[in-house]
Amino acid sequence: MLIQVSWRNIWRSRTRSLVVITAITLGIMAGVFSTAFMKGMMDKRVETAIHTELSHIQIHDSLFRKTSELKYYMPGAEVLARKIDTLPHVEGVTQRIIVQSMISSAETGAGVKIMGVRPEDEKKVTDIAQQMVAGKYFEGIKRNPIVIGQKLARKLNVRVRSKVVITLQDLDNNLTAGAFRVAGIYKTSNTAYDESNVFVRYEDLARLTDLPAGACHEIAIRVDNDLNTVSVQQKIKKTAGGLEVMNWKEISPELSYITAVMDQYMYIFIMIILLALLFGIINTMLMVILERHKEIGMLLAIGMSRTRIFFMIIIETVLLSLTGGLTGVILGTFISKYFESHYINLSMFGKGLEQLGYSALVNTSINPEMVVSVTIMVIFTGIIAAIYPALKAIKYDPAEALRIE
Amino acid sequence: MNIIEIKDLVKIYDSTEIEVTAVNHINLNFEKGEFSAVVGPSGSGKTTFLNLLGGLDRPTAGHIMIDGIDLWSLKPRQITDFRLHNIGFVFQSYNLLPVLTAKENVEFIMHLQGWPKEAREKRAVELLESVGLGDRINSRPGKLSGGQQQRVAVARALASKPKFILADEPTANLDSHSTENLLDIMEKLNREEGITFIFSTHDARVVKKAHRVITLEDGKVLSDEKK
Repeated sequence: MLIQVSWRNIWRSRTRSLVVITAITLGIMAGVFSTAFMKGMMDKRVETAIHTELSHIQIHDSLFRKTSELKYYMPGAEVLARKIDTLPHVEGVTQRIIVQSMISSAETGAGVKIMGVRPEDEKKVTDIAQQMVAGKYFEGIKRNPIVIGQKLARKLNVRVRSKVVITLQDLDNNLTAGAFRVAGIYKTSNTAYDESNVFVRYEDLARLTDLPAGACHEIAIRVDNDLNTVSVQQKIKKTAGGLEVMNWKEISPELSYITAVMDQYMYIFIMIILLALLFGIINTMLMVILERHKEIGMLLAIGMSRTRIFFMIIIETVLLSLTGGLTGVILGTFISKYFESHYINLSMFGKGLEQLGYSALVNTSINPEMVVSVTIMVIFTGIIAAIYPALKAIKYDPAEALRIE
Repeated sequence: MNIIEIKDLVKIYDSTEIEVTAVNHINLNFEKGEFSAVVGPSGSGKTTFLNLLGGLDRPTAGHIMIDGIDLWSLKPRQITDFRLHNIGFVFQSYNLLPVLTAKENVEFIMHLQGWPKEAREKRAVELLESVGLGDRINSRPGKLSGGQQQRVAVARALASKPKFILADEPTANLDSHSTENLLDIMEKLNREEGITFIFSTHDARVVKKAHRVITLEDGKVLSDEKK
C-alpha cells in the first residue's frame, strides 16, 4: 500500500514530476548512448587492430622482438607453420620476413617496416587485400611487386606502377637495394600504420636479404574466434620449442586495456550525470515534503511511525528516479540498437580519428552489464537523494503541522 | 469506569520573551461511552488540551492516564504506536490523503496496524456504509463535499478500533446541513456502539447535542456540566 501511495503521490504535481523525470531520462539516455558509442568505437579499433595489424597470435625468436635485427630469424619456421595450420580453430597462418629499411621514390625517401609475405597465406590472416584503394594486391606487376599504404604513397608521390627502391642491410651487414613497382595501394582506418608498413613477396625479400630457405621472423596466426586465442596459443607453445608465442593482448597490452579503461571512464561519466541529477531530485523532494507538511503531520498524528514515513519518502523518490531512469535506459538502448546496424559517420573529424587508428564510421555496441549497472546506480541515486528530505520530514512535529491552515 | 484520568495537567509555551500558560492545572476524568464537548473562546486552550490528550504535544507537568497507562511516560516511538492503536483523530480540515479513495483512506490506518488486505477492505466498506457513504467508496476526497470528507474521516478514526475519538472542531468548515448530518452519525455511533467521543467546538449546535460540556477559559476548567 505504501508503494501505491508513493506512486500516486508522484503524479500529484504532474508537471513538476515530469520535468524531473524528463531530466533523468535525458541524462541516462545520453549516458547509455555515449557508453555504447565509445564501446563501439573501441571494439572496432580492437577488431581492426587484430584483423589488419596484429592477428591473434604471433611467434618470434624472443630476441627479434627486442632488437628487430635481421639475424634473429626462425630457421625451421616453414615446418612449424605447417604444423600449426592443422590445429583446430586455426583459420590462417602466414610467415613474414620483417626488415626495417628505407624506401625511396624519385622525389623522397622514408623509413618503413618491410614485410615479405606469401600473398595467399597473408590473405587468410589479415585483410589488407580487401582495403585496396588503387591497383591490386600483388597482381598486375610481374617482377618485384610492392603494396604500400595510401599515406606513404602520397608522401613519396608515387602511383600504381611507379618505381620505388628499397635499401637495406643483408645478413652479412652489406648494404643492398632492390627496385620494386607499386602493384597496389591500401588504406586502413589507421593512417600511422599505412605510412610505415609495406608488403613485398616473401621470395623477393628472401633473395634480397640472403635469408635461408624456409626461414622467417614472424609467424602470424588467425583463429576463428578470439575466445579460442588462448587455447590455441597454449597448444602452439608446446610445439614451438624456445620460441616466443604471444597473443595480441600480450603484444599490444595498451589495446586490451582500452576497453577496460574506457568502461571506467564511462562509469565516471555516468556518475557525473547522476550527481547533477541528484541535486535536481533533492530539490524536488524538498518541495514535496514542504508542500505536504500538514499531511505528514496528520500521518504522524494518526500513528504512522517515523520509520514508515521515512521509507514512504524513499520509495517515492526511488520510483520517481526509476521512472526516468528506466525510460532513459530503454530509449538509450533503443537508439544504440539502431546504430548497431547503421553507421554514425564522423568523417567530419575523420582525419584526426584515423591518425589515432579509429575508424570514422562508428557502430554502437551495447554492454548489457552496463545497462544493468546504470539502472542500479539510478536506484542508489534515488535513495541518496531521498535521505535528506526524508530526514527533514520525520522531524516534523505533528501538533505544529496540524495547525497549518 | 474512567478510561481517561487527567491529573494536574499543565502546558506552558515558552517562547523566549513571554511564557504562555495554555493549560493551567486541569483535573478531569472521562468515562467510556461519553459524548463530550470541550468549549471556550479561541485562545482558551481547547486545541492544546486535545493535543495533550491525543499524545501529540508533551505537557509541561501533570499526568494523563489512559486505561491505567501514563501516556507521557512512554517513549516517543511508543506514543506513536499508542496513538495508532488507541486514539482516533478527526481534524477540522478533514486531512484525508488526496491520492487515495475514500475506501483506501479508511483502509490505510488498518494497513498501518497490520490488518490483512481482505479484512481491512471489508471493514472499510462497512464503516463507510455506516456513515452513509456506501455509494462513494471509490471516490477520491477531491470529488467529495466537505461533509462527506469529514464522514470519511470519522470512518477512518473508527477503523483502528480506538478507545476514544478526539475531534478538534470537526464541524468548523461545514454548513449547517452537513453539521447536523455529521453529528447525527457521531451520536448514533456513540449510542449504538458505545464509541467515546471528545470534541472541541464553539458551535452552539454542537454544544446542544453534547451530553457533557466542559468549558475552558485561560487554560482552566470554568465549568463541567453533564446533561
